[in-house]
Parts: sequence; C-alpha cells; structure tokens
Amino acid sequence: MDKAAIIGIGMTKIEARRDDWTFADMAFEATRKALEDAGMTIGDIDNVITTSNDFWDGRTISCMAVGDASGASDKNVSCVEGDGTFGALYGLARTLSGSYGTTLVTAHSKGSQSVSSLITNAAFDPIYNRALGLDMIGACALQASAYMHRTGTTARQLAQVSVKNHGNALKNPVAQLGMKLSVDDVLKSEMIADPLHKLDCSPVSDGCCAIIIANEDRAKKYKGKPVWIKGVSMCADAYFFGDRDLSTAASLSKAAKQAFAQAGINDPSSQIDFAELYDAFSYQELMWLEGMGLAGDGAAGKMLEEGAFDIGGKLPVNASGGLLGGHAVIAAGLYRIAEVVRQIRGEAGAYQVKKARTGLAHGVNGLAGQSHCVWILGKDK
Amino acid sequence: MAENEHIVIESGEAAQPFNYAVGMYGSRFFKELRENKKIMGVKCPTCGKVYVPPRGVCGPCFQEMKEFVEVGPGGVIGTYTILRFAFIDPETGHQKPVPYGYGFIKLDGADTLFQHYIDLVDEKKVRIGARVEPVWANERKGTIKDIQYFRVVE
Ligand SMILES: [Zn+2]
Repeated sequence: MDKAAIIGIGMTKIEARRDDWTFADMAFEATRKALEDAGMTIGDIDNVITTSNDFWDGRTISCMAVGDASGASDKNVSCVEGDGTFGALYGLARTLSGSYGTTLVTAHSKGSQSVSSLITNAAFDPIYNRALGLDMIGACALQASAYMHRTGTTARQLAQVSVKNHGNALKNPVAQLGMKLSVDDVLKSEMIADPLHKLDCSPVSDGCCAIIIANEDRAKKYKGKPVWIKGVSMCADAYFFGDRDLSTAASLSKAAKQAFAQAGINDPSSQIDFAELYDAFSYQELMWLEGMGLAGDGAAGKMLEEGAFDIGGKLPVNASGGLLGGHAVIAAGLYRIAEVVRQIRGEAGAYQVKKARTGLAHGVNGLAGQSHCVWILGKDK
Repeated sequence: MAENEHIVIESGEAAQPFNYAVGMYGSRFFKELRENKKIMGVKCPTCGKVYVPPRGVCGPCFQEMKEFVEVGPGGVIGTYTILRFAFIDPETGHQKPVPYGYGFIKLDGADTLFQHYIDLVDEKKVRIGARVEPVWANERKGTIKDIQYFRVVE
C-alpha cells in the first residue's frame, strides 16, 4: 500500500441531546475543528466523503444535506451509508487512487431525534424477521448469550467492562457518560434483555466526527503531525442473522488478519500498543478482542479482571471511554480513529496511554457485528 | 422567548407504506406454513447446507439452490434472550407487553437458526439446547406469525 496519513481530526462533544444543532451544524463544527487541527483551510481539501444513514437522519439522501457544512461545495463529494470507519476506508481509497491529495471524511448521528428500536428493527429482513420486533438490543442480547455460553465469560466480567469504560469516560472531555461505578452497580441496574443490564448498554447519542486523510506528499505540507495508516481491512458476515455463529466473530478475525499483514504485524498481542474498539455493549469489547487475536479465545474476561485493558495496563482498550462513554451511532467508529490519532500524538491528556506507537481502531456496521473494519495506525511512517 | 429555547418539529403521523415481494422462495415457504403447517428450507447442491428461511443463493458457494426440504417442526434453542424492556412493536406502533422470549432455533434438519418467540411459561426451562416445538396460529394468513411461538418440551 502507498503511504497515507491522518493529518487532522475534529470531534464534537458527544451528548445525549442537542436541540440547538441541526445535522449540518454538527458537521460544520467537526469540519472546522479538523481543518484547524491540521492547519488547513477548506481550499486545501481536494474531495469530501460524508457518512450517514437515511433512517437515522429521517430523510432520504441524508448525505447531501451536510455537504455544504462539510466543505463540499464545488468539490467532488461522495457518501457512505454505514459506520464512519467504512466512510474513512472509502476516503483512503480515493486518496490512494492518485486523483486526490487530501480527503475530508465526516460521519454524524443524532440518536436523540428518533425511536432507536424502530430504526434498528428496520435493519432486519422485512419478510421473515422484522415483524417479530427484534431490534439491536435484542439481537445483541442473543449474541451475548451465545458468546457467554460458549466461552464461560461471566456477567461480572461484562460488568467490569462497563465499570472501566464509564470510568475512563470521566477523563475524556468529549465523552458523554463518565460515571464512577462498581461491578455491583452494573449488575443491579435494570435487566433490559437477558443477559444485558442497562449499564451493559451504550447510550444512543448526538455527535459528529471529521478526519482529514492525505497522501505522502501532502501530509508534510501542513502543520499537523501526521499519523500514518499502516493497514486497513473490512469483512462482512452473512446477512441472515440465523446463518451466523453468533458466538464468534469470523468476519472480524479475517479483517484483523488482513490489516495486521498489511502493517507487517505478526504478533498482534505484543505489537499493538492499545486499541479503541466498538463496545456498543459490554460483552462486545471482550468478544472483539478475542476475534482480533488480541486475547485468547475465551480469555479476555480474565485479562480484563487482571487489569490488562486499563489505561495503565498491558493493552489499554477504550481509554477514551469507548461507545459506553458515548455512542453517536454512525460516527462511533470514526471517533475511534480520531481517539487513536490523539493517543499516538500524545495529546490524550488524563487518559493518555504510556506506550502509543501503534494503535488499532475498529468499527462495526450491521447487526451485532455483521461487518467489521479494522485500522492500524502508527507514529512511524 | 427564552434565549435557550430551541424549537423541535415533529414528523407527526407520516408513514412510508411499502409492499415487499417475498419472491418464489418466500411464497412457497409461507404457503406451506399456512396450508400444511410445514416449515420449508432449501438445500445447497454443493455444500449440502440446509437454509431456513429458504432463499435462492448459498452465499459461501455462490450456488443457486432449488431443492426444497422440510425441516422441523421441532428443534433446539441455539441462543435466546428474554426481553424485559417495553419497546414499540413495529407492527402495531404500541408497546409490547414484557417480558417475552426470543430464540434462534436450530430446527431438525436445518443448518441455520430460525428466529421466533419463545413461550415463558416456565422461564427456567428456557436454555440453550432446550428442545422446542411450534405452537401454530388457528387462523393462518401466510405470514411469519402463522407460528405463534415455540414452547419448550420435555
Ligand atoms: Zn453451499
């Protein structure tokens, strides 16, 4: 792969509800922050990718409604429907095509404006599944049951993920939901769908994230410290929920393997310094770590209890607070990329991890991890 | 007007009606449910995997499937959850009474899991691996609700 870097990031504060913002207002704020961060003006941006979902935005062609605010006026702009990591992958491909030296990628979501269970229910097959009313929480509860049954991972271990990530979120100024919790607090919170308690579930939030990708030549031209893209891959599992082995993340294993190979990583658990991954529900942090080979199969719960994934641990995971700390649905994966950039630059303040040379960012699209996108970012070119 | 007042506009009762063609495979599936209380799957000629619900292509083989096979009606719970929060039923627009069970069921003779409700008469018996059978609707209309739910059998 030719070299490319992330040279600017902009994150709005993730919040429960922002009635003072339209989608375009959020995109404008994130875009301006990213440009300022990179030391660029909008004239330095060669093309734009916006990332959104029409159901979540309550309108068709939702991507076009944020074009002007994303600086796309008179530019080649295209869009991705899905998680921000997938939008960023398209942005990277456009940069590497040679047609564009720089690409601005935005992803936005306002969970506050809709009924989230109706929207995630609509992701199910309308002929066989949707009428039975399953939504994302129910789907992920089914997956959590299958994962816990197969691996012996316990409810206390799930709760410990929630304690860690809500605690980390207290240190991150852009996080929504910082909380000091105990394992018992999580286990005593309302049972939503067995085995998931309320505090095992992330909120559905408002937020927008923007990043700027540049090719090797352009990466050196601006004031921002480039963070280099070492490997990126995605992979999708079967569409029908019942076709999948819900207790494993086969498509994630494939995506991670390809991304590691591109980055020249042959021993991920020693060569990846930290990770920001898609913990929409507590169990997912453990399941995804195992799927990526950063923990042995069924071993992540024990490593968590031993503190391995704490900010000061062997492999800090979601030092930012992750999705449990704030989950602007479509933007969530792009926030993970921006948080990894922050760590590698050494700018994460109270949640800075000690060793941050090589980091992993991860995004999910579809129900209960149907498709995964894995990014390996590094300080060194 | 208060400075911090921000106006929100509601969508109201706006709806987006849509007709979903269920196709040849779905039509066969729903007719068998409605008329014969039979659950039909389809078998891949290359890998032999039996898919429920039936569809035209085996993804991994990229192979057309034409051979319908009857599966179930009994099976075992592959995974389950018990919904305890009231969510809005997309069919009715109203909150569905809780709790109720969801299962992904491995029907006898099938290789994929089939989604449906699970009866909670005895919640303790709802477990991965528990044997279940369908309870049929008296008046069947050719929809997924021709099966009311699955119940655990000894
Ligand atoms: Zn096949």
